Amino acid sequence: MMASIVATELTRTFGAFTAVDHISFSVEEGEIFGFLGANGAGKTTAMRMLCGLLSPSGGQATVAGYDIAKRPEMVKRNIGYMSQKFSLYEDLTVGENIVFYGGIYGLSRNTIRSKTAEMLEKLGLNEVRDTMIRDLPLGWKQKIAFSTAIIHEPQIVFLDEPTGGVDPVTRRQFWDLIYEAADNGVTIFVTTHYMDEAEYCNRISIMVDGRIDAMGTPEALKQQFAANSMDEVFVRLARPSAVK
Amino acid sequence: MITNLLIMKRFIGFVRKEFFHIFRDRRTLLILFGMPVVQILLFGYAVTNEIKEAKIAILDHAKDEVSREAISKILASGYFILESDLHSEKEIEPAFQAGRIKLAIVFEPGFGTRLIRDGKAAVQILADATDPNTASTLVTYTQAIFLDYQRELNAISSIPLTIVPDSRMRYNPEQKGVFLFVPGLIAIILMLVSAMMTSISITREKEMGTMEVLLASPMRPFQIILGKVTPYVMLSLINAIVILLMGKFVFGVPVQGSVVLLLSESVLFILSALALGILISTVAQSQQVALMLSLMGLMLPTILLSGFMFPIENMPIPLQVISNIIPARWFVVIVKGIMLKGLGLDLLWQETVILVGFTVFFMLVSTRKFKVRLE
Repeated sequence: MMASIVATELTRTFGAFTAVDHISFSVEEGEIFGFLGANGAGKTTAMRMLCGLLSPSGGQATVAGYDIAKRPEMVKRNIGYMSQKFSLYEDLTVGENIVFYGGIYGLSRNTIRSKTAEMLEKLGLNEVRDTMIRDLPLGWKQKIAFSTAIIHEPQIVFLDEPTGGVDPVTRRQFWDLIYEAADNGVTIFVTTHYMDEAEYCNRISIMVDGRIDAMGTPEALKQQFAANSMDEVFVRLARPSAVK
Repeated sequence: MITNLLIMKRFIGFVRKEFFHIFRDRRTLLILFGMPVVQILLFGYAVTNEIKEAKIAILDHAKDEVSREAISKILASGYFILESDLHSEKEIEPAFQAGRIKLAIVFEPGFGTRLIRDGKAAVQILADATDPNTASTLVTYTQAIFLDYQRELNAISSIPLTIVPDSRMRYNPEQKGVFLFVPGLIAIILMLVSAMMTSISITREKEMGTMEVLLASPMRPFQIILGKVTPYVMLSLINAIVILLMGKFVFGVPVQGSVVLLLSESVLFILSALALGILISTVAQSQQVALMLSLMGLMLPTILLSGFMFPIENMPIPLQVISNIIPARWFVVIVKGIMLKGLGLDLLWQETVILVGFTVFFMLVSTRKFKVRLE
């Protein structure tokens, strides 16, 4: 197995504040890696660095084999990104969104056309090609956003709290898409607040105050912390004072 | 070659998407195309509206048949109402100062006698030019009435007669700040469309979370910005042309100088406004903030301090100093020069250089700011 993401002592400071404090980890190809942490623990900062959106203050990392500090443009070419707000244009139709994002990644018109057809067919959303995104339910938007984020067949896709605001059933359906992508060899790097989602990951890391305090498979972590659920593990780590 | 083609295709796709945003938002469309037309009509008609029943005073030193007939012509015109019959020069000043009259007409002693005997007589027209626009309109009307009367007299006279009107603009003798709305309006509309609309449209991407996705894509920041502003450059230029055409065909304000120069200067001004819009979008986190910042930080100064509404010379010194850092102030001078005086670059190069300076400066600051935000 090849490592898709390797971070070594990756650090980011903002003035006197250290948002990400010497974190090290690696993610294998095709792995679903859950990146957990309370708000302000440094997840987003770490993820932005890995996406080439933010330069590190110390340490290093490679994504898809490219150094994030030296070759961020190569990193960007090989990743997909889906933000918390599902990142589609509300006033564009489904088809127009796909054409736009495909175009940004330099896909040819023919590729985009066949990909769009394939994607909508798979999602069972053929009839909404010409519907404005704003007229679709949130769950559909998120599925389309994810499929769009991997339309250019990136090696790695970064998902920043992709399932905010949807019910568990829809969330489960969303995760089916993620599994399918991972089966096809796409590495998934996902931040989440939902502990049921954490259970779906192959491996997770939990960030506290800029450091990675725990890392492993959900099962291993539950054992390590003698907890029944990921929720308990998380609370013990992130809010030590809350658990007597 | 292949990469260039790719970049070009990507860019066209981006601009296309931007036009979708613009044409699908009714409010945006209204601001883009409704606003200029409404504004030009509003300003145009508010300014060129005929003046009716302006209060005047008459000092008739002659009190002869000719002067009386002239007076009755003036009062019969419908433009004027006689506020007071004056008896001496001393009464003129207080009447103006009290704001009771807009115009005073003084007939010289023996007006009628001189006209018939010497073929020439003088009449003085005094106007309150604190409102230069009204003043010049009133004076023009009065002169026209005298000219008309002179023609009538000439038809029955054996020798050619001339009434010599001596007009004085009081309080603002050079009539600076004559309300020439078209140049100022071009500045305002271009600022509105370029700066405000861009800052809002970029902030919208931030608010929607799509900016993050764009930045995480292989597109470089400057390509994203370029893609976002290009439609607005095009639309701004169209707007400028619409205003010029309306100015010419609706209000008869022709372009004396080179249209090419005028449009080039407009592009320069548009670029500086776009840079300001980008700058605002780097600070503003929401569309509302962007809107407020554009209105307060750009539109108001452009309207109030560019010399469009109020003559810069009449401003208190601190405001005069501030007006120097407002690009529109220089742009208005340029547009006025080209449109009304037919000036060329040889006489406007200083203002142009200043505008170029602003544009380069704002561009540098905004790209820097935009990068810093990403770091």
